[in-house]
Amino acid sequence: MSAAAQHPNITLYTLAQVEKVEGYIGNFEVTIRLKARYVDMKKCTGCGICETKCPTKVVSEFDQGLGKRPAIYKPFPQAVPNKPVIDAANCRKLKEGKCGVCAKVCPTGAINYEDQDQIITEKVGAIVMATGFDLIDWTKYYGEYGGGKYPDVITGLQFERLVNASGPTGGKIKRPSDGKVPETVVFIKCVSSRDDTKGKAYCSRACCMYTAKHAIQVKEKLPNCDVYVFYMDVRTPGKAYDEFFERAKKAGAKYIRGRVSKIYQQGDKYIVKGEDTLVGQNVQVEADLVVLANAMVPDRDAIKTAQIVGFSYDKDGFYTEAHPKLQPVETNTGGVFLAGCCQGPKDIPDTVAQASAAAAKVIMLLSKDELIANPMIAFVNTELCSGCGLCTKICPYRAITLETITERVHGHEIKRDVASVNSGLCQGCGACTAECRSGAINLKGFTNSQILAEVEAACR
Amino acid sequence: MKLAYYPGCSLHSSSKGYSDSFVAVCKKLGIELEEIPDWVCCGASSAHSVSHLLSLALPAHTLVQAEKMGLDMVAPCAACYQRAKFAEYEMLNNPEMKAKIEQVIEMEYKGKSRVLSVLEVLSMIEEDKIKAAVTRPLTGVKVACYYGCVLVRPPHICNVDDPENPTKMDRIVALLGGEPVDWPYKTECCGASHIFTMKDACLKLGRDILQVAKDAGADIIAVACPLCHVNLDMRQTQINKKFGTSFNIPVVYITELMADAMGIDTSDMFRRHFVPVEIKRQA
Repeated sequence: MSAAAQHPNITLYTLAQVEKVEGYIGNFEVTIRLKARYVDMKKCTGCGICETKCPTKVVSEFDQGLGKRPAIYKPFPQAVPNKPVIDAANCRKLKEGKCGVCAKVCPTGAINYEDQDQIITEKVGAIVMATGFDLIDWTKYYGEYGGGKYPDVITGLQFERLVNASGPTGGKIKRPSDGKVPETVVFIKCVSSRDDTKGKAYCSRACCMYTAKHAIQVKEKLPNCDVYVFYMDVRTPGKAYDEFFERAKKAGAKYIRGRVSKIYQQGDKYIVKGEDTLVGQNVQVEADLVVLANAMVPDRDAIKTAQIVGFSYDKDGFYTEAHPKLQPVETNTGGVFLAGCCQGPKDIPDTVAQASAAAAKVIMLLSKDELIANPMIAFVNTELCSGCGLCTKICPYRAITLETITERVHGHEIKRDVASVNSGLCQGCGACTAECRSGAINLKGFTNSQILAEVEAACR
Repeated sequence: MKLAYYPGCSLHSSSKGYSDSFVAVCKKLGIELEEIPDWVCCGASSAHSVSHLLSLALPAHTLVQAEKMGLDMVAPCAACYQRAKFAEYEMLNNPEMKAKIEQVIEMEYKGKSRVLSVLEVLSMIEEDKIKAAVTRPLTGVKVACYYGCVLVRPPHICNVDDPENPTKMDRIVALLGGEPVDWPYKTECCGASHIFTMKDACLKLGRDILQVAKDAGADIIAVACPLCHVNLDMRQTQINKKFGTSFNIPVVYITELMADAMGIDTSDMFRRHFVPVEIKRQA
């Protein structure tokens, strides 16, 4: 990201939200809200003294609730730009008008409590969606795992912070409840993935590998610690992936094929009850720390964003590709491309490959002077069109607008509204032709008379 | 509120105290009960192991009787409730099965009467009404509410409470002035009727439930199922003998606890228990 920020041809807007997208392939106009930062990016040197002096401490989102951060903060150590921002919801100066410590200590006078949101517009030729993923809130679905009431039953992402050198424990694996070094760690895979009854029906794809990584990390940092991994299947296809899983087993992780039915507290231990389906017996592990591999779900604003930009998403909220095999990085809307987990759960190599493909598609689009479009698009017979406008509402690509035409009727010149199809936006889905009551819209190559002829032939 | 009452075989025999207390508590809280005149066995647990159709037709027969009375049906026994709920679910969602059932019972189900569990009936009553009826609050009594496996499951059919951490009984205990304990074995299986064929396995299940309740500090266990009651109360001596434990935890029906807190005479109900029931209130 830092390389992107330095590139002369790239403008990076952080802390910004897209509010409106108009236009079409090659000619989008995007309205962007640049949120108030309360820190002047030009004056700020990123020295960080304000962060150390801020008296307000709130739960850190980046540390997954395991640590604290000040109200003026950098979201994470490698953030771009590496300059702090004020969290308006928690800043005492912005909420109550008192404090102002950061402004006093700032050597360059970069703090500006009067900062306001700004709205800007940009003209772009193509859009790449990369809105990423969230982890599902497992506490709502798994009462049998305590539903979030046990502090030492954590998510894989929380564990990631525990082993990270810049994390809340400085990279030492300790229980969040009492800081004790665990003697037994249990990992549970497929918590809300591949669970149609309670969670999501799909496989989240990355969990088998990151759980193997976590198991190895525990064995490396705490060689005497017992590690158990409960799994349904180990799915590690990919170059050197299965070898990595074998490495986790050699390192000492005990893989148990079966689901965990219950977790409960007994003294300062957690009793993990499950089944070993390979032996056909119940198993019970006394654990100090339990790490859950939860389902990946789309970003919480993903559906709203898709509606703003104007393309389709599936029942789980993942963005739909134009074709699952042949057009995996395009959407059905011309000029809008997909990269990463917004399209479906995937790991880092797959994300990088898809993002590179999306970038290449954009280059292909923008390097040409002319667009090659699908010829099978809708066209309007203006003589039949009554200008009712039903097609403008049904069109998923916002390709139809009403335009006023002038014509001579019985020697008089009149003006009336008729539908008009933007050939750049129309994707040839045919929704308008079915909706049109007077039969004024037809799809090239699939006109009403052509389809009827097919029906007649089929019924013969 | 008036409900058709489906006692089932247990509430007329081994768990008479459940029936007596349920009827008395309903009377106290202004719920009128009318026993379904021609109720038949719900089929648990034998019918559904031999014939799916039989297991649905039996409770359907009773449900249609309730419908003829123009009332919703309450089945306090967890097994009766679950079997009847399955029949209701199939008849409302599966027209083919509905036709088969109706052919067997030679009656039509119009889909007007609903099957209610004791948890649903109790949670329909306003908090103030229950509080007002309490004359001898269960002050300081720590109660482990044990729901068992069938009362709240399967969730898409029963759908009365959280299937993993139900709380409706706990709410009642709190309204009675008692202290519901937070314990993890609320919905573990007691073994139910397997006690007759797999006694050793079931005694272990009972032991685990009693042990976890004791560890959680419970003075008493509240249940809402005749089989849960039998397996924890009547079998407690056998459990103690087999495992060398010394459990002495009274196991009572939630409605018996309500009756006791509402000043209803419970001596005849508690006389039928194997573990002597002593409710130690704190002054």
